[in-house]
Amino acid sequence: MTTTIPTESNAVPAMPSPWAVQSTAPSSALRALAEVDWDVVVIGSGNAALVAALTARRLAERVLVLERAPRHMRGGNTRHTRNIRCAHATADEFTPGTYSVDELFSDLQGVGRGPVNRELARFVVAESQTIPRWMADHGVRWQQPLAGTLNLNRTNRFFLGGGTALVNHYARTAELAGVRIVYEAAVSGLQLRDDRRCTAVVLDTVDGPIGIPTAAAVVASGGFEANHAWLRRYWGDAADNYLVRGTPYNDGSMLALMVNLGAAVAGEPRGFHAIAVDARAPRFDGGIATRLDSVPYSIVVNRGGDRFADEGSDIWPKRYASWGGLIAAQDGQIAYSIYDAQAAPLFMPSMYPAYTGTSVAEVARSVGLDADRVVRTVADFNAHVDPAGRFDPKRLDGCGTRGLNPPKSNWALPIQASPFHILPLRTGITFTFMGLSVNECAQVLGFDGRPFTNVYAAGEVMSGNILSSGYLAGFGLTIGSVFGRIAGREAAMHNAH
Amino acid sequence: MLTELLDEATRQLTICNACRYCEGYCAVYPALEIRRELGRGDVVYLANLCHDCRACFYACMYTPPHEFAINIPLVLSSVREETYARYGWPQLMARLMSRGALGTVIASIVAALLAAAAITLFASGHRLFGVVAGPESFYKLVPYLVLVIGFLGLGAYALAAVVAGGVTFWRDTRGRVRDMLSWPALRAAGADSLRLRYLRGGGDGCYYPADSPSMARRSMHSLVFYGFLLDFAATISAAVAQDILGIPPPYPLLSVPVVLGIVGGVMMVVGTTALIRIKQTSDVRPSALMMITKDYGFLISLDLVAITGLLLLALRASPLLGTALAVHLGALVVFFLTIPYGKFVHFAYRYLALVQNRIESVRSE
Repeated sequence: MTTTIPTESNAVPAMPSPWAVQSTAPSSALRALAEVDWDVVVIGSGNAALVAALTARRLAERVLVLERAPRHMRGGNTRHTRNIRCAHATADEFTPGTYSVDELFSDLQGVGRGPVNRELARFVVAESQTIPRWMADHGVRWQQPLAGTLNLNRTNRFFLGGGTALVNHYARTAELAGVRIVYEAAVSGLQLRDDRRCTAVVLDTVDGPIGIPTAAAVVASGGFEANHAWLRRYWGDAADNYLVRGTPYNDGSMLALMVNLGAAVAGEPRGFHAIAVDARAPRFDGGIATRLDSVPYSIVVNRGGDRFADEGSDIWPKRYASWGGLIAAQDGQIAYSIYDAQAAPLFMPSMYPAYTGTSVAEVARSVGLDADRVVRTVADFNAHVDPAGRFDPKRLDGCGTRGLNPPKSNWALPIQASPFHILPLRTGITFTFMGLSVNECAQVLGFDGRPFTNVYAAGEVMSGNILSSGYLAGFGLTIGSVFGRIAGREAAMHNAH
Repeated sequence: MLTELLDEATRQLTICNACRYCEGYCAVYPALEIRRELGRGDVVYLANLCHDCRACFYACMYTPPHEFAINIPLVLSSVREETYARYGWPQLMARLMSRGALGTVIASIVAALLAAAAITLFASGHRLFGVVAGPESFYKLVPYLVLVIGFLGLGAYALAAVVAGGVTFWRDTRGRVRDMLSWPALRAAGADSLRLRYLRGGGDGCYYPADSPSMARRSMHSLVFYGFLLDFAATISAAVAQDILGIPPPYPLLSVPVVLGIVGGVMMVVGTTALIRIKQTSDVRPSALMMITKDYGFLISLDLVAITGLLLLALRASPLLGTALAVHLGALVVFFLTIPYGKFVHFAYRYLALVQNRIESVRSE
């Protein structure tokens, strides 16, 4: 039995109706916010939001950040990030080798079907060159590429301590600069005047709605990947088996709200970044520790015990995200990575112990697979490994299978050394692409192409303008940083316009 | 208890090893990454390599209430605390002397009273109160031989106990005994210690009192450390002056022993007081209660030694000399007795961990 997944062509961008999310902060504290005429209100507290707030604060007095999550969960999916992809004309100690604007753009064109809006994509790529300097100026420190990520060291810069540290640095810098950050404040509406001019941001509290007057608003509230009901509209029942790698707060409520107010949608409903994670990971917020790197050094079988994809394809940089989608298409959205004692030391250890046995049959049985079938699949694979291949885990070694379908094109070693191991894999969704359509000023566009006067968007919530399908590691933060800066600047200067 | 603690540390470190975001902060994470399996010795080694800068605690997206419940500073300082008790030699003393802040204060008072009683009973013709002037005034209160034999004995005892603990620690953490003599590693680890390299927290300092980094902890630790070395130098120079050059104490204000003593003493008082203050205001979440108790015990003991030493100097020509001497001797006795078992001993285990870290990083290159 296989689960039917709608194909891309028949997927309709059916949006859910907006729903009210209630703020959990004391309503007296929220009411006090309504006494101030804010220059800029930023919705969200991830990378794009804080970059927007920091930028806005240089040009405007009263900047407010509203975060829906409690303080310890602030920062949206930025909490789980670790590097950013920026073009750089010169090498330095953190990114050895150069990475030109053209190369970055061509990498971007190589993923999925290429950028949705080529002009905006070109713009982000060009602007990316100035981002690392800006980050360092706002308290971010760099580190050497993390162990096990050497394939990224030329193109991506790693910030010290990862994304939670990045959020801490930005939030601290913002608060020292006088930006007000309020947690557990969920936006449930925007007050609009003259059709598309925002006059206040509305918070729904136990004591009724509170309108917070503002001259401009920045929507930086992330995607809808944590909303399984919404995902089900495009993926069917398969969506129920997707594990959400990041914050449980990204349910897309701001996106639904804005579309209901007349905003245009950009990007594909099924556009997402998803990778293979351990099937035992929590349903939300498992982050980096749950991802598995075993695939290239193993064979991967589905619930039926059969291989279904080339485990040894060249994944960097363009197909890095492919396994999330591949597993999503399998029965039950689960797969099993099988490897032997020889391969075990070749990849980063998993936080969950692998299932282990002295024979393939034994370990297959322990995860509930048909042992005979798996033994046959492994034997078939072993028989087709090219004996002349020279295995080298450090490069694309061309050590593949001959006459096997699907093939394994690199790193194919017979699975024969006991003990044998199995790691169960599921689709781990990082973020969704479909979001608000924007122009080069980060203004949110209406369905008729006319912009909202003073409502801007940055980050995941507008990444669908650029990303179509597939993903380039570290580019989400690039989009968020570039558009966060623009949104912050434009929002702050709105009064002056 | 220890098994549970080690299991919990292993659980957390396994998650860290799959994440690795913190590897730029200190030596602990790169050392963790070259181990796929963690044994007891590995955990003890990593725990003592940790300098409790807490950068990783605030950078972690998995701290409680996240279900992964990662709190590395807490679990590693709990293991360290166990280390001091476990490797302390002899075990009976280790258990008696690991009583923390209140214990230190009480023990200091008791020791001071004993010293006072001894002075009252045995100091011929002199009493606890009254001016004692002239050369070798201290020795009129406590005979020179009693002081020398007493403190040399205490020092030798402390040294032996620290060495015994260190050797056991080295063996348990899988260090080969002949590696203990690897001069390049000893030297490099010495530089790491003297420069307090890992109190930089990845560049901006330790995360005290909460999630904003500052160099305060590192600066204050330097004051205590170098103040202590100056006072040690003061003692040596006094011994040289008396026993080699034949100049009897007390020494004038502008002499080498007194200047070194005052400068070192003031550094220690300022440093320990500031560190106590930093501890008092710091975030309790990454703090192990037992370790905080040990920290306070050590800091108070060191602070008392420094304060009473300065007091003794200030009062040496007054009728309170006898009392001040008794109090200072009491503080010193407690300090020496707690060296191998309290927080003071961290220098030994941490230095050995740094040596092993240096050996490992050379080996893995």
